[in-house]
Amino acid sequence: MNLTLLLIIPLLTAVGVLFCRNAQQVRWLSLAGAAVQFILVMALLFAFYAARSNGNTDAFLFSERCMWFAPLNIQFITGADGISVSMLLLTAAVVLAGVLVSWKEETMAKEFFFLLHLLAFGAYGFFISLDVFTLFFFLEIAVIPKYLLIGIWGSGRKEYSANKLALMLMGGSALVLIGMLGMYYQSGANTFDLIRLSEVHIPYATQLQFFPLLFLGFGVFTAIFPFHTWVPDGHSAAPTAGSMFLAGISMKLGGYGCLRVATYLMPDAAAYYAPYIIGLATIAIIYGAFATLMQTDLKYINAYSSVSHCGFVLLGIGMLNQTAITGAVMQMVSHGLMTALFFAVIGMIYQRTHTRMVRQMGGLLKAMPFIMTVFFIAGLTSLGLPGFSGFVAEMTVLMGAWQNPKTMYRIATILACASIVVTAVYILRATGQVAMGPLKQHDEPLNDARWYEKLAAFILIAGIVAIGVAPFWLNDLITPGAKIIMQKIVSLSR
Amino acid sequence: MTDLILLKHELLLTALLLIFILMKLGKDISNSSFLKMSNALLLINFIIGFFGNQHGQMFASMFQTNELMALQKNMLNGGLLLISLSSSRWLNNHIHLPEFFMLIVATLLGMFFMISSNNLLVFYLALELATIPLAALCSFDLDKRQSSEAGMKMIMSSAFASGILLMGISLVYGVTGTLAFTEMSSLIASDHLTVFALILLFAGFAFKLSVVPFHLWTADVYEGSPVAVTSYLSVISKGAMVFVFTSVLYQVFKPMQEVMYQLIYIGAVLSMTIGNLFAMRQQNIKRFLAFSSIAQVGFILTGISGFSHTGAASATFFILVYVFSNMAAFAVAGIVSSAIGRETIDDYKGFYRTNPFLSWVLAIALFSLAGIPPTAGFFGKFFLLSAGAAKGNYVLITIAALNMIISLYYYLRIVRAMFMDKNETPIGSVNLSFNERAAIIICIAGILISGIWNGPFHTIHHSVTEAFSITPF
Repeated sequence: MNLTLLLIIPLLTAVGVLFCRNAQQVRWLSLAGAAVQFILVMALLFAFYAARSNGNTDAFLFSERCMWFAPLNIQFITGADGISVSMLLLTAAVVLAGVLVSWKEETMAKEFFFLLHLLAFGAYGFFISLDVFTLFFFLEIAVIPKYLLIGIWGSGRKEYSANKLALMLMGGSALVLIGMLGMYYQSGANTFDLIRLSEVHIPYATQLQFFPLLFLGFGVFTAIFPFHTWVPDGHSAAPTAGSMFLAGISMKLGGYGCLRVATYLMPDAAAYYAPYIIGLATIAIIYGAFATLMQTDLKYINAYSSVSHCGFVLLGIGMLNQTAITGAVMQMVSHGLMTALFFAVIGMIYQRTHTRMVRQMGGLLKAMPFIMTVFFIAGLTSLGLPGFSGFVAEMTVLMGAWQNPKTMYRIATILACASIVVTAVYILRATGQVAMGPLKQHDEPLNDARWYEKLAAFILIAGIVAIGVAPFWLNDLITPGAKIIMQKIVSLSR
Repeated sequence: MTDLILLKHELLLTALLLIFILMKLGKDISNSSFLKMSNALLLINFIIGFFGNQHGQMFASMFQTNELMALQKNMLNGGLLLISLSSSRWLNNHIHLPEFFMLIVATLLGMFFMISSNNLLVFYLALELATIPLAALCSFDLDKRQSSEAGMKMIMSSAFASGILLMGISLVYGVTGTLAFTEMSSLIASDHLTVFALILLFAGFAFKLSVVPFHLWTADVYEGSPVAVTSYLSVISKGAMVFVFTSVLYQVFKPMQEVMYQLIYIGAVLSMTIGNLFAMRQQNIKRFLAFSSIAQVGFILTGISGFSHTGAASATFFILVYVFSNMAAFAVAGIVSSAIGRETIDDYKGFYRTNPFLSWVLAIALFSLAGIPPTAGFFGKFFLLSAGAAKGNYVLITIAALNMIISLYYYLRIVRAMFMDKNETPIGSVNLSFNERAAIIICIAGILISGIWNGPFHTIHHSVTEAFSITPF
């Protein structure tokens, strides 16, 4: 399995889109590209299982490397472990669904799909990179497409939101930049090679100095408190597919970076800073949940709840044990699918009712049963109903968290648990108001989902249910990767 | 006689200069045919520059050259060709077209000698040759008052800078008793007088590079000059100065690295921060690019402060990237300015509706200037910061990284105006001539390829290593 295919296909699709003659061609080419990516990732998944069951215990499979800038010892290294494969699965599913949802995008369709595929290109590259420079390169590639997607096709205060998002994410990557340069020189290894860096013991003082930069830098991408403010504005102003990509893929770049770069390479510092991470994560969980209570706009509801849900990711990472880290990765996948589904459904509703305000809607279940059913599923996943992925992921994080007997960690765990109740309140309230009651008047007759919307919803729901009903396949995928990270933490921390 | 091949770049330019004079003296040629011929000549000049480069010294060691210098001169040659192509619209309508080329080739000749100088006297002469024609070029928009003002400001501030430089040179001569770089480096000791001389020399350089606090002339001169000259000033003139920094000052003042480092550190921090803060508030696109170029110099100084082969290589590589990126930005600004006559950022609102191609060009150029991948600017900035970080001064790196955010803010301002803002009367659709199209496509190809493809950086790094091992320091 050649991982560079995952880079070539999105790039070819993006460039190919520019040469299309009309919107029809653009759509079908995009769909074809996304489908090929999806099939490739599925093939990768099975190849990965096959390799593992054949007794291949390398930390990273399908690894390839070539020298890029020899004078600075910058290499282009790709490879995947279970964590990256699960992230790639998420990316492929969201990209496919995103393309389907934006089927009717007519204004500047070429540019729109070009940017979508460029964003996907960045995400794929990020998840398969095993060199911090390459990782950073792809992380930044993904910033500008988001800016343009929000700024051009967005709604509401789109320019403001786009600017805020681009600058805050750029700020995050600036922190990452300083951190990685520090790691390069101070580790004594003079390399960005992730595997090599994980073998050398970076001096304790260096770790303490540069871990916060790396963790906060990546943390900005995953809405670490107090750098979460771009999330609500950015998500709500973005076009539907943009929100899906943002919440489903882009926020996961941060979580993955926190885990793969910051925690993996600097375990001592991770142990040292764990209380702070947990503190910030708990604040994000609680604050996000309560802030959602006050929202009346469906997109804002989902955006703030994303802050809360991503808090679980950071909580899991901060707990520094295998169960919690596995849970954190599962939560990334689960939240990615769930929130993409949520934004897709909100987009569908908005297209028909031309409003996103909860108060202006009602009784939609009668008018569009399919869409509302999907809406219910997304909501129930969000509040953690067993049988859907949210339950599995959050439960794993909380179980891991409870393993830690310190009082402060216990309190954090209890608070995080309690937030689920708040989640239930806002989800049930919103779904109830939107779906039940008498049907409110709308300008146009409401019709139910079209085939492409159904297909998009189906793909995401399939993922959610697959994780919710049979979580072991994902668990088996992630656990070896989490184990390797844990081994470093156990062997090195004092 | 065989030695003359060392002077190849300079001889070629001199020949060009003579041909231009002959063409001017000969029968009347129309502007367009003159332009065609001069472009062809510049292209030939650029191509020959790549062949038969050797290293060695001439004129009693007053002049030296090596592969690195040849490479740098080629870059500048290419930049000149790009300027001539991209501003063909403005040049075509100018009544003194031949003079423009004579002057611009003369100043480039000065810069070549400056890069190759191995003696402070030659260096000073070359600097003057490079500066005085530039002042004339600045006032080349004959019917604009601002342009004459720009020329005046340029000549005054240059004279001032030269004065400071001369003072520094004379002090250095007083301390070491020689003007030759080779001997100087072994004689220099870190006493007070030498430090003072170094500061004066540095100030002279800083003037030409428009390092804050010696930047005050920059914005007015950039704004007043015709776009072709502005892009020459900001790309080629600056590039030459940076090359001199890396290949000369690096080695001559090696014993005083610590003092140099302090100076460069202060210059870098001030240039980045002040340049960026002022750029945020500009309305005129040329003024805006002027301040952004001040900020870019700060980044270059950050890389130079590393005092390593990587530092010199990354600075040289950044100039290559900068030639492409800034030239693309100025090409669009110049085309719009000479076609429509408008220059403020607000005029670019809704530009995408009418000129999608030019909008993408400008956007890509600005992203490259801001250091966004996959453009070459990302690699350029990364290498600079990485070279700077080798010293272990993370305060400098942090300031630079923060400045990248500020710079993104104002680069996005233009992108936003072009792509997102609504406008009732956007700039009308502009038809591009062949020359303009060629220049733009070369620039964009350079921006997109020269970073991801590691060839250019490797070549530059290789020749830097070679050059530093040949010169007997």
